[in-house]
Amino acid sequence: MENTVEIRWHGRGGQGAKTAALLLADVAFKGGKYVQGFPEYGPERMGAPITAYNRISAEPVTVHSNIYDPDYVVVVDDGLLESTDVTHGLKETGAIIINTEKEKEALLPLLHGYRGEVYTLDAKAISMQALGKNYPNSPMLAAVVAVSGVMEQEEFLKEMLDSFRHKFAKKPEVIDGNMKALELTFAEITKAKKGGVNP
Amino acid sequence: MISERINENSPWQDITEGNKIFEAATSKEFCTGEWRTSTPVWEQEKCKQCLLCTPVCPDSSIPVCDQKREDFDYDHCKGCGICAKVCPFGAITMKEGK
Amino acid sequence: MAVRERLSGNEAVAYAIKQINPDVMPAFPITPSTEIPQYVANYIANGEIDTEFIPVESEHSAMSATVGASAAGARALTATSSCGLALMWEELYVAASNRLPIVLALVNRALSGPININADHSDSMGARDSGWIQIYAESNQEVYDNFLQAFLIAEHKDVMLPVMICQDGFITSHGVENILLVEDDQVKEFVGEREPEHYLLNPNETLAVGPYAVSSYYMETKRGQREAMINARKVILEVADRFQAMTGRQYGFFEAYRLEDADYAVVIIGSAAGTCKAAIEQIRNTTGKKVGLLKIRVFRPFPEEEIAAALAHVKAVAILDRSEMFSATSGPLGAEVRAALYQAKGTAETVNYFYGLGGRDITVEDFCQVYENLEKIATEHKVTDMYEYIGLRTK
Repeated sequence: MENTVEIRWHGRGGQGAKTAALLLADVAFKGGKYVQGFPEYGPERMGAPITAYNRISAEPVTVHSNIYDPDYVVVVDDGLLESTDVTHGLKETGAIIINTEKEKEALLPLLHGYRGEVYTLDAKAISMQALGKNYPNSPMLAAVVAVSGVMEQEEFLKEMLDSFRHKFAKKPEVIDGNMKALELTFAEITKAKKGGVNP
Repeated sequence: MISERINENSPWQDITEGNKIFEAATSKEFCTGEWRTSTPVWEQEKCKQCLLCTPVCPDSSIPVCDQKREDFDYDHCKGCGICAKVCPFGAITMKEGK
Repeated sequence: MAVRERLSGNEAVAYAIKQINPDVMPAFPITPSTEIPQYVANYIANGEIDTEFIPVESEHSAMSATVGASAAGARALTATSSCGLALMWEELYVAASNRLPIVLALVNRALSGPININADHSDSMGARDSGWIQIYAESNQEVYDNFLQAFLIAEHKDVMLPVMICQDGFITSHGVENILLVEDDQVKEFVGEREPEHYLLNPNETLAVGPYAVSSYYMETKRGQREAMINARKVILEVADRFQAMTGRQYGFFEAYRLEDADYAVVIIGSAAGTCKAAIEQIRNTTGKKVGLLKIRVFRPFPEEEIAAALAHVKAVAILDRSEMFSATSGPLGAEVRAALYQAKGTAETVNYFYGLGGRDITVEDFCQVYENLEKIATEHKVTDMYEYIGLRTK
């Protein structure tokens, strides 16, 4: 268990948090890891808060419970910060990544005094810049890989390129844009790490 | 006869898997005529061979040969009396008992 | 060569169905098993398999059509969950007593009410007396492996009984995990084709299936059904041996995990066994205490003697039930394991827990507490409460 990275995703039904968790499981699997990707199901509908989880490890993972003390938390919709205690149980040695158009400082008061690293990412802006469309999943995925280090960035890019080539076999023109979104995200996270903007 | 192989004295080992029956029309062996408390009697001289009685018999107990009905199959006739009701010529009457 | 993949439990079962390419699949959708017929329908629509899919108007019809197809000679299966299984109730018994080798992919979900969609064994435990063989899985790998073995067990001439392949709703059905798939041609060779001895569509044989049995036949028929379930023990192990020869993965009636030297043991069914294994590793690594697990794979037939033998040396046993049976005493697993221990004159103290009802989560820490409680019970030789709950809010 100690070698397992545990990630919790917060989003709203229909926003793709579950899909993002499954994509992360996919890409880590392709990178040779043992993975779990699973959603927590309630009677949720479009727009209702949902939670999804990942376990990623070099060893087989047998635990089948939800994740209560995650290493990383990813928030796909900053509106959830008002209603959900997203940092609950989050390890202080870990980090939270929030998709937001707002300044990080504006969100800190909503994090219940969390003392670990806080990253914000404007996934919409990155997606618009790279693709001309708002698909925030790819940037969020790249951000969690960059922050958590569950896999090497180069390996991640290689696996994602493979999967985009497969997924967009009939519209190869969007592959470059998707790859660019990942690279822009890596640059943003690197800048945030170097910039010492973390509390 | 299936009843010679499997009957109410058969041990469980001899009962077929899932009670499957590997013969057709085994109900012939079951003489439901035993149940009869009143009996239809066919009066051949009144019968016009219209054959209205045959299809209404629930137990297929009015045999037909060469387009003409024959006497009742009393092994299987339960004595329900439908044939007597349906006969327009009074050629079938019900009598008490077997 | 095994194929390394990552699939959800539902995907894994659907993939096994694709590899088996059965003849007929009637199905009606219900959460959380809906994806199974959905994926199979896709495979059919894409021309990857030629299974006849029958969209029916209810689960009652789904099992009726499966019974009809199987009696006709087809390799037939369906999938369902919870209330869907409840609506099949009548036909479950018909399938078993008619000795039809049907396979049912069951994704375990709580029965209403209150209405709930999450993992719980009340559906299959309610059907435990229907005459079906029941095989449970801890992981996606296991449910896939069990499914590949199911038809071989069901169709064996000494068995001829329907088989329920169970997995925990959402926890494995919707959770993606690593899995090793068997190659298509190997599966084909392993499962072969159904070669029915008697079937309704055989033009050379007259046959009636499912006749009325008066009281002078009913009891003998039921005794025959019991014999088939007794025979299933041997066949389940033979099929598991063949499966091991193909894949290297070993299966039996249950998995004994770190049990051989254990003082304290948990007996459990399903996905939570994996969480229990993590607790065992943690406890053994940090305290050196000898804790172990007996994870039931085959619940019907119930491996009574084998369970009692595997637990003979243990000081205290916690039997964990993921369903109620409202006897006001044990849950179904608790009652049967205790009976097995009594019959074998076992000396272990036992405690029966209810856990995970309606999807209530159970964690590594919960299992650690269970083992602590077992140690206390064994030391004091006193069970304060024979029937306890895990994760229940109480005053």
